[in-house]
Amino acid sequence: MKLVKSLFGPKTRGRSISFALVIVAYIVISILQSAGSIPRMISSLLVPVCCYIVAAIGLNMNVGISGELNLGQAGFMSVGGFSAAITNAVLLNTVSNDFVRLLICIVIGALIAGFVGWLISIPVLKLEGDYLAIVTLAFGQIIMSLMNNLYVGFDADGIHFGFINNTMQLGEGGKMIVSGPMGVTGNKMISTFTVGFILILISLLVVYNIIYSKEGRAIQACRDNKIAAETIGIKVSSTKTLAFVVSSALGGAAGALYMMNYSSVAATKFDFNTSILILVYVVLGGLGNMTGTLISTSVLVLLPEMLRFLSSYRMLVYAIVLIVMMIVTNNEQIKTFFEKFKKQKGVQAHE
Amino acid sequence: MKFSKVFKGGMVAAMAMSLVACSSNSTTSAKSTSASAEAFKIGGSGPLSGDAAVYGNAVKNGAELAVKEINAKGKVQLEFKYEDDQADGEKAATAYNTLADWGMQASIGATTSGAGQAVSPLYQQDDIFAITPSGSSPAVIYQNADNESDPYGNVFQMCFTDPNQGVASADYISENKVGTKVGVIYRNDDNYSTGIFNKFKTEAKKLGLDVVAEQGFANGTTDYSVYVKKCKDAGADVVFLPIYYQPASQILAEAKKQGYETKFFGCDGMDGILDMEGFDTSLAEGLYMLTPFSADAEDELTQNFVKNYKEAYGDTPIQFAADAYDCVYAIAQALEESGVRASDATSDITAALEKEFTSMTFNGLTGSDVTWNANGEVSKAPKAVVIQNGAYVSAE
Repeated sequence: MKLVKSLFGPKTRGRSISFALVIVAYIVISILQSAGSIPRMISSLLVPVCCYIVAAIGLNMNVGISGELNLGQAGFMSVGGFSAAITNAVLLNTVSNDFVRLLICIVIGALIAGFVGWLISIPVLKLEGDYLAIVTLAFGQIIMSLMNNLYVGFDADGIHFGFINNTMQLGEGGKMIVSGPMGVTGNKMISTFTVGFILILISLLVVYNIIYSKEGRAIQACRDNKIAAETIGIKVSSTKTLAFVVSSALGGAAGALYMMNYSSVAATKFDFNTSILILVYVVLGGLGNMTGTLISTSVLVLLPEMLRFLSSYRMLVYAIVLIVMMIVTNNEQIKTFFEKFKKQKGVQAHE
Repeated sequence: MKFSKVFKGGMVAAMAMSLVACSSNSTTSAKSTSASAEAFKIGGSGPLSGDAAVYGNAVKNGAELAVKEINAKGKVQLEFKYEDDQADGEKAATAYNTLADWGMQASIGATTSGAGQAVSPLYQQDDIFAITPSGSSPAVIYQNADNESDPYGNVFQMCFTDPNQGVASADYISENKVGTKVGVIYRNDDNYSTGIFNKFKTEAKKLGLDVVAEQGFANGTTDYSVYVKKCKDAGADVVFLPIYYQPASQILAEAKKQGYETKFFGCDGMDGILDMEGFDTSLAEGLYMLTPFSADAEDELTQNFVKNYKEAYGDTPIQFAADAYDCVYAIAQALEESGVRASDATSDITAALEKEFTSMTFNGLTGSDVTWNANGEVSKAPKAVVIQNGAYVSAE
């Protein structure tokens, strides 16, 4: 009884709902898939949805929990994705198990993106508010430009790097992995929905554990009142670094999973628009609300594709749905209605 | 109070939209059912919304026109479905799967290169034949694009690959003595531009053309005076511009400002410069370009196509429409000659189409005596046009 209470207590109810939602969705989709009742169009979207969810959970850690507006999440996806693609090509012959190789790729993508995130956080977290947003935007663009001019080849001698001009001479059996503006080509597609599902669970676990830990409370204290936090001895910039690095590492993991789902991805895929798209998922799902992020990301990624039958009107309908969602989620009457609902439930739980 | 009004308004708008959408939907379905049951299902995807929507819409219109004409002739029946991919690899994969759910048996592929290189492996995986009208990157037909090896085998191109355009441009400049000292201004962060430039450079070296200036600029450059001046100082008597028409228009204007009199030479990306808003067409006077199609051509095939296209869609077709039109006709010709039936297995249709495409000769809008090799690369004579008095004139 105590265990159940601790799991579904008012404090951690959000966490339980998130996990339950993800697990139930996975089971239902898996059953439907094995019964063959999911059209290919939908099943091809499952992995991208997982990627965007992980990236959005990461960004929500940064924007919602730490309160720093980050406009460069796609840049971290890019770093994670490209390092994963290189890892995949290098390990192709040594690690023959696709599942193991995918896990290695995701871990390396997350680590490198996390490291880049840490480097970037040093100058970025000295800034606040709009200035911070602008700098993250700039870093996103810089990463995209760098990736756009990067050439990576692999042959018997190892990995070769080139920049701006492709001057490398690859030996026998050599293969280009990243070729400048063409992006990653000839990538072996190994992403699966199951790995995406596991990745979502891990990212939820990481994020919730941080939120409910001492560091998490310190991060939220810095967000709510920086001066008060400083007066009780919290070092604001280094506290926020944790949230920033976790956010970028999750972005990197998402990018790695995304990259492994396609044979060819250009660097321009991870541009400013993608960053904004992920931010939209986070904002519509609710800042700091992971369950909301799960739902809004799934709906907003799937919606334009589900509306394909409307042909040319689909983007219009998508925009209308977005606007209606924004109005509804920000409406006071509806908010108070849900608040009442929540309170009643809370009272019942206490009795 | 305020909210309910907004909400009601939104709902009304949404309902109205869905009504309109439904009605348009029913007309398209009526169109498709009018084809006989023995119709081949031809798919395709391209950007119908977003930045490159002009290309996708042109391809859709061109292909639909061809399908209508072929169905009217009655030899082969086709059913055509075109999905939006916003020129994005991820969306193109979804579009592909939508078409696969529909039961696509052959395809005109993806319109843009970026989307094309993402879906080519899917076409190979499911063994469905595709011929792209305008996905010109070698990565669309080759798994190992840098060495141009390991072709997908069932993905073909109607247009030249980017490297081949570079080779064709160098050949043309050398053969027709357009100039001997070549300056190049290209975009160094763009696949299309660098692809053409690299092959152009190698071929120019082989032919003894002297490349005196190489100037790479990045996307978003607004001032081209440095690049133009470098070419001018190097004494280039022809400037090669393997770029899209917007930056090219600014380079032409800059050259005029600097009083630099030289010849300019562009590729198919230059197509559209005369229709650009706010562009002084006198600047483009004497501009050479390699383009597979010009709407002003005198031959009967082009004249008929332009006339029918204008009637159906109200504007002059661009090369993307012509490429798509040719793709559908080429598929129809191959289907007809091979004698496969729409009820055959998709893999049989693919095998038949592959066999026909590598052996047949095709005459279309964008070239005559067109053939394909087993890799899916097209072979046709490059057409060059020169702009005179604000119109394309064949350069020969």
